[in-house]
Amino acid sequence: MTIKDRMSGNQAIATAIRQINPDVIAAFPITPSTEIPQFVSSMKAEGLVDTEFIAVESEHSAMSACIGASAAGVRAMTATSSAGMALMYELLYVAASDRLPIVLAAVNRALTGPININADHSDSMGARDSGWIQIYSENAQEAYDNMLMAHRIAEDPAVSLPVMICQDGFITSHAIENILIEEDAPVRAFIGEYVPVHHLLQPDKSVGVGPYSISAFYMEMKRAQFEAMRNARAVIRKVSDDFGAKFGRQYGMFEEYRMEDAELAVLLMSSSAGTGKDAVDALREQGVKAGLVKLRVFRPFPAEDLAFALKDLKALAIMDKSDGFSGNGGPLGAEVRAAIYGVHDGIKTINYVYGLGGRDIRVDDFFTIFGVLEELLDGRTTDRVRHIGVREK
Amino acid sequence: MLELRWHGRGGQGAKTAALLLADAAFETGLYVQGFPEYGPERMGAPITAYNRLSQTPIRVHSNIYEPDIVIVVDETLLKTVDVTAGLKPNGKLLVNSGREPSEILAAFPDFGGAIYVINAADISIRTIGKNLPNTPLLSAVVKLTGVMEADTFFTNMEKAFTEKFSAKPEVIAGNLLAIREAWTSSIQINE
Repeated sequence: MTIKDRMSGNQAIATAIRQINPDVIAAFPITPSTEIPQFVSSMKAEGLVDTEFIAVESEHSAMSACIGASAAGVRAMTATSSAGMALMYELLYVAASDRLPIVLAAVNRALTGPININADHSDSMGARDSGWIQIYSENAQEAYDNMLMAHRIAEDPAVSLPVMICQDGFITSHAIENILIEEDAPVRAFIGEYVPVHHLLQPDKSVGVGPYSISAFYMEMKRAQFEAMRNARAVIRKVSDDFGAKFGRQYGMFEEYRMEDAELAVLLMSSSAGTGKDAVDALREQGVKAGLVKLRVFRPFPAEDLAFALKDLKALAIMDKSDGFSGNGGPLGAEVRAAIYGVHDGIKTINYVYGLGGRDIRVDDFFTIFGVLEELLDGRTTDRVRHIGVREK
Repeated sequence: MLELRWHGRGGQGAKTAALLLADAAFETGLYVQGFPEYGPERMGAPITAYNRLSQTPIRVHSNIYEPDIVIVVDETLLKTVDVTAGLKPNGKLLVNSGREPSEILAAFPDFGGAIYVINAADISIRTIGKNLPNTPLLSAVVKLTGVMEADTFFTNMEKAFTEKFSAKPEVIAGNLLAIREAWTSSIQINE
């Protein structure tokens, strides 16, 4: 039976980890993800998990230990944020290119500087080209549900890639909210046992993990990663459908909110999507044909499906919680525009950078953005990139 | 939806109080949010925490700018923080203070809503033995929100304290006494 509870996003992730009972967790504390390994080590002390908990001396070592464990054929997990993820960057690439299904709980926090502990997506966006699957969560419920799906996605032989489950630091990681928790037995039945196809501890089936690759082989390995990421689309849909059938909460690559007849819409990820939905409801009451798309899966990027979902829009604001400093808007703006370019060129778009370093975004801010979409339509503005929530004076 | 804002100082437990309120309201079947606004994590620095309590699921993830209820955990903040900023004209303000009502009222010449005072420090020192204003403040706040009856709240808190203080059961009775006393001790000091 589903249990009605209330907890923070970090507690939700820790609850999922208890149910998953991974073989190895290697982690180093960094705000706001620190609570996750803290909760896990308490659970270990209380005998609630039999996970091997490795308290390492840095995030570089945390991911290295996960790589070693995963290469040896067991389930390995970690949690991190911000500069901690930055210290893992090299190893993130190693994990992905070695095709190791490691799962990382990312609690998004601004990647310095000035030093800041609050939420934005600059940490995981910096890792967007590392070859990891990236799934973003609106609230504690989604963080929990996404974590329960992560291992099945990562370990599918057609994928065999690491997965990071992202949520917004403090905004959801430290906020108590209502949540539905599933019982241990059905969760464990859903996740299943991990049976690796290849691993290092099979004397009769020797494999190499992480050797030097000369030019004659390197590009084939990269092409294989591309194929795996393409395959991940169908696997994520399948796992999400199975999850929905079993537990009743439906997930896709993205969520379409009041998009049936929408003419104006915003597209964004994670916690602010909830705020945006309240704004959409209020605008709908005023007769504005407003909608919202919440991207759940950023890697692999569901370009074709997204373009189809957006096709009837007149104007779209793509909202980035990281700048990217291309001078041309954030990473989500670039990807979404690339997805609709040449397919639905009639849609006017503007890219908004918002919420950096925990800057609050309110329902009123969404009203402003929808107002600018009207301006975009009638030609009062042709801006491609704007920031919202910035003090201009 | 009821929205609350807590003003305290780092280390005083305003955040903990907000999380406790979320717990208490959850027990009545409400949808809840309880969250702190994190700035520099320093003892004594002004901090803000928030609650939303609703009959329907809560999706908004912004801070609260137009609260229904404001709670001032530390009255020294009245000098530096505009605690009634955005507080609804018919909203409620609860100040933890041992000062005379006239002195508190003088700090809010322009606020038209109801002003309540509770001497949570005094109650906690007498009942718990330490200046831990959270427990009595929580009781006064729950009463102000009207989300549950006294008896339900007392029963819920007894259960919560029994779990929370399982390692030091000797403090349970004092905390329960603080809850009961605070329920009737917060008084409205204006018309």
